Amino acid sequence: MVKKEPINRRLKNYWEKFGKQWQLQSMAIPGVVYMIIFNFIPIYGLVIAFKNYTVIDSIGNADWVGWQNFEIVMKDRYFWQSVVNTLAISGLKLLFGFVLPIIIAIMIYELRAGVFKRVIQTISYLPHFLSWIILGGMLITWFSTTGMINQLLQMFGIVTQQNHMLDANKYWWIAALSDVWKEAGWGTILYLAVMSKIDPTYYEAAKMDGAGRLRQVWSITIPMMKSIISLNFILAVSGLFNSNLDQTLVLMNSQNQQKSEVINSYVYRLGLQQGDFSYATAVGLGVSIISVLLLVVTNLVTKKLNDNKSVL
Amino acid sequence: MKKPKLTLSKPKSNVVQDKDSKLFNFVNMLLLLLFTLLIVVPIWNVVISSFASSEALAKGDFVFLPAELSLDNYRSVFSDTTIWSALWISVSKTVLGVLAHTLFCAIMAYALSKQSLKGRPLYATLGIITMFFSGGMIPTYLLIKSLGLLNSFWVYVLPALFSYYDVIILMNFFRDVPASLEESAKIDGASDWKIFTRIFVPLSKPALATIAMYHGVWQWNDFMTAKLYVTNKALYPLQMKLYEIIVQSQAASSQGLTAAVAIDTTSKGIQLATIVVTSVPILLIYPLLQRHFISGMMLGAVKE
Repeated sequence: MVKKEPINRRLKNYWEKFGKQWQLQSMAIPGVVYMIIFNFIPIYGLVIAFKNYTVIDSIGNADWVGWQNFEIVMKDRYFWQSVVNTLAISGLKLLFGFVLPIIIAIMIYELRAGVFKRVIQTISYLPHFLSWIILGGMLITWFSTTGMINQLLQMFGIVTQQNHMLDANKYWWIAALSDVWKEAGWGTILYLAVMSKIDPTYYEAAKMDGAGRLRQVWSITIPMMKSIISLNFILAVSGLFNSNLDQTLVLMNSQNQQKSEVINSYVYRLGLQQGDFSYATAVGLGVSIISVLLLVVTNLVTKKLNDNKSVL
Repeated sequence: MKKPKLTLSKPKSNVVQDKDSKLFNFVNMLLLLLFTLLIVVPIWNVVISSFASSEALAKGDFVFLPAELSLDNYRSVFSDTTIWSALWISVSKTVLGVLAHTLFCAIMAYALSKQSLKGRPLYATLGIITMFFSGGMIPTYLLIKSLGLLNSFWVYVLPALFSYYDVIILMNFFRDVPASLEESAKIDGASDWKIFTRIFVPLSKPALATIAMYHGVWQWNDFMTAKLYVTNKALYPLQMKLYEIIVQSQAASSQGLTAAVAIDTTSKGIQLATIVVTSVPILLIYPLLQRHFISGMMLGAVKE
């Protein structure tokens, strides 16, 4: 039997070694201190969801109220409206924005390397790097009464003098499709990287067997991307409750607010504009917990579909 | 150290020119061209509109080329002194933010890349927790407030100083630096700080450049920090200034005032020119970005 050293000796050893590498420690510890201040203190700050915190209190001193804030949230009509809007916009995004990058990636992959391919890639990644404020300004321009959209509609014989941004019924579509427009090209990169690893002999073999190009895509390229597609799907579904605050703040106006208020912007308005810190934190915390649950559930479902292999 | 170049393209042998294949290629190129136009045309429309005269803007009867071009919109944008201060804030927060962020993350990554670091499992666990959990908007706001960072320039730099994602990417890169280099330096009596600055930083330039560029784009584009924590207009960056212009003109048009129509066309011109001015820096570094971003994404994703 190995005789264990007494605990105080081991501790002493540890601290000696720790002291010897003080240079290395002096490089790690500032980062750790940073994380404690900027990441862990706010995580602790989540307790105000269970308290009645006002600006004059400190977080520690505020009174505990248990689940009271959450109970009020459940009965809050405006909260539910923001949930409906969030889910509608995310749902449309998932519907159009999930498959499109896969299709475009396959199409780019099928191109021969050359100038055309490079130009297409360069252009399609570009919108990703524009901020939502820039894109918001652009959208407002395109959809304004004298904007590009109305001009194009006129070419097809539809004459309107409408400012589409003021039409609440179109907001979900504008929010979702503008997001798809911005990110579809960028979303191809990961798929292209995975496809570049497919063994070329598969395609040669398929060609021998007389498979056309479409058939090759369907029977080789797509099955080879199954796990990356599942992974992205899990992440997309678990993000259904996420809302884009940048986008909402720039596109929201008094006419479309009923359809454009999402969970994030509701938290922002209640917490930072009305000072209802505890209540807004409860909304945010509740929604994050639901997102985690969604992640677990979608992972379980895709695992079943993927022959019991988890991609997470 | 040298990594095989990612070509992201299919081997040539597959692309034979039989009749079926030709049709496939043709349809494929046509659809991709359409997709590209769908991106280019709207952007072109905004850029060219910013050069339109106010009469042409008021009529708005063009998609590709207005009846009359003018630089008036840019003149009125640049005659406003607040745009210059916003530009200055944007540039300085981006430059300072990028330098501080890259250096801070690299130092931590160097320490964590050493297996011998005492407490390493604890540090790494804390880091991973920060990747998955956060306090969210309100608790973070309360922290920033109690640190006295509201309405301070440093709110742009300090809360964005650190990201564990970036630490992991750099850590993976540092692990590939040949151990022999470090050992010989150690025999010569070099300290960790010296090894870091003299060996690791020069050898890791591509990785550092990738991190710097990602963070640079984020810093330039970030408007939320200003929106949440800054009410002093003298500290507004360009993105926040643009946001203000947009919201004001939107408020006017959503109230449907008749007087607003006149305000609408001048403010529209200013809005368009500001949009272009705000995007120009991104477009300027875009070729550089493109060279780095794919490798950056792969650094994080492939190496586990």
